[in-house]
Amino acid sequence: MSESAGIENLTYKVIDHGYPVKADNEQQKSHNVNGVWPKLRVQHISKSFQSKNGRVYVLEDINLEIQQGEFVCIVGPSGCGKTTLLNIVAGLEKADSGEVWADDHKINGAGSDRVVIFQEAALFPWLNVVKNVEFGLKLKGINGKERRNIAIEYLKMVHLSKFQHAQVHELSGGMKQRVAIARALAMNPEMLLMDEPFSALDAQTRWILHYELQNIWLKTRKTILFVTHNIREAVCLADRIIILATSPGKIKKEFLVELPRPRDDNDVNVAGYSTMIMKELKAEINKVMKCEMDADSCVECDIKCTTEVPAKTDIGGGI
Amino acid sequence: MQSILKRTMFYILFIGIWEGLFRLCIWPEYVLPSPVSVFKTLIHGFQNHTFLIGIASSMKRIAIGYGISIVVGILLGLLIGRVRIFEETLGSFITGLQTLPTICWLPLALLWFGLNDRAIIFLVFMGAVLSITIATDAGVKSVPSLYIRAAKTMGAKGWKLYLEVIIPAALPHIITGMKQGWSFAWRSLMAGELLIVCLGLGHLMMIGRELNDMSQVIAVMIVIIIIGILVDRLFFVKVEQRIRERWGLVKG
Ligand SMILES: Nc1ncnc2c1ncn2[C@@H]1O[C@H](COP(=O)(O)OP(=O)(O)OP(=O)(O)O)[C@@H](O)[C@H]1O
Ligand SMILES: [Mg+2]
Repeated sequence: MSESAGIENLTYKVIDHGYPVKADNEQQKSHNVNGVWPKLRVQHISKSFQSKNGRVYVLEDINLEIQQGEFVCIVGPSGCGKTTLLNIVAGLEKADSGEVWADDHKINGAGSDRVVIFQEAALFPWLNVVKNVEFGLKLKGINGKERRNIAIEYLKMVHLSKFQHAQVHELSGGMKQRVAIARALAMNPEMLLMDEPFSALDAQTRWILHYELQNIWLKTRKTILFVTHNIREAVCLADRIIILATSPGKIKKEFLVELPRPRDDNDVNVAGYSTMIMKELKAEINKVMKCEMDADSCVECDIKCTTEVPAKTDIGGGI
Repeated sequence: MQSILKRTMFYILFIGIWEGLFRLCIWPEYVLPSPVSVFKTLIHGFQNHTFLIGIASSMKRIAIGYGISIVVGILLGLLIGRVRIFEETLGSFITGLQTLPTICWLPLALLWFGLNDRAIIFLVFMGAVLSITIATDAGVKSVPSLYIRAAKTMGAKGWKLYLEVIIPAALPHIITGMKQGWSFAWRSLMAGELLIVCLGLGHLMMIGRELNDMSQVIAVMIVIIIIGILVDRLFFVKVEQRIRERWGLVKG
């Protein structure tokens, strides 16, 4: 009882402070502050796909800026175009219109300055753990010995240096994902793009990785764009949360999260923030629910989940 | 252990019956030689180097023909697997050619190259190349797009993408194709050597036939079987097994 009262208080407090909500669809002008470019600028990105039932408009006029060293989460219900947006930023997919800029150059195709970590670890089974981490370094033409040293340094960062000679199929899901993180970090990219990297893992492993990722971020201060449909995960990790609305995907709201790090999934403040954002999102979730499943029961379940069962904070894990 | 024992028993029994039939003298020796004389011929063949020369020249031919077919097969498979236009044209052509028994290329090979080594090498090549092409194509198509996307975001492109990602990812299929290709190549090699005078193992069998020396024929057959088993069981099956384990295709 007392804890839920605490959350209520906190929620109000947060709103009183006034940070969370920026104006809807606030037009972000790209700018160059003191000669420093934002790390990433997404400008007027739209994207549609041709399907059997006609054109599906997935993203519509997305504008977004991410500063150097910022940790940004994109949250939205399933199918709202998060992956599509991330792929466009990664250069794996082409937008119908609009531009993406990284620092001072326009993005046109994939590049090792923006490494993606996917939902599945995408490790190469024909290479052992350390060779997987070396993969990108080899492509860069870094020589064998230096390559090995760098790889081991990053394996240490994810606490897997003992497993350097293991084969990929000998690792657990969480270990694979940690190797994937080490592999991405070893490239020393300008930006890390993460697409629900932890969603296939169990709650406990996810909790550990949230902690590890935050520590890594504190150490390296990489710019991270992280996609998830789990609000609590977003609150736990991000400096700034961007909410995408569905059909077509638009930026609906932004929240700033100003909590000390490293944060814990089960921290009262994290839970409080999640609940607050959840409330903001209820309308959006309802919209998806109406489209896809029995509205009443699921919405109820979701709200319960965020306030009472911390481990299951997905906006409708099933959507 | 049990199975080794059973197998040994089987071979002892087999040779026993063979020797028994031989002693009954139902057939003349050029129809059914004794196991002992076959064994002697085998030893003799190795001692006077004729078998070694036979093995060496057969192996040289298959190495060249099969080697070329691996390179060409993988390249063709990559083209068909990755490039739409080749898939639609060359792909169906190769599937069609695959139905043609390899030995049917012999007349063509003889006209193109004459009665010589190159005709045999061509036969070997034709025996293996289609299997390897088709398997590589299937392998390339089954490469998870996730691997390719991951590699691209780490800066892989062009031929490096092929060398570092697509070929290794397709390797389980390619090895299976190479194994099948090897057995076709081995068969066509023997067929070619039986028909063309060339010092190979096939030719040694023909010499045995011409001299009415059945022990030589059988001795060479045994050598051919043993080489086949060594390559197939001890090499391909092991390699295939290891690759499948490593690639996580078999649950260990
Ligand atoms: N290649 C494609 N062809 C046709 N439609 C596509 C394609 N890729 C994505 N879509 C559609 O675009 C929409 C957005 O897909 P996307 O994968 O970006 O969603 P998402 O927000 O990542 O969802 P999730 O949370 O389930 O991963 C979906 O409705 C999907 O059906
Ligand atoms: Mg997605």
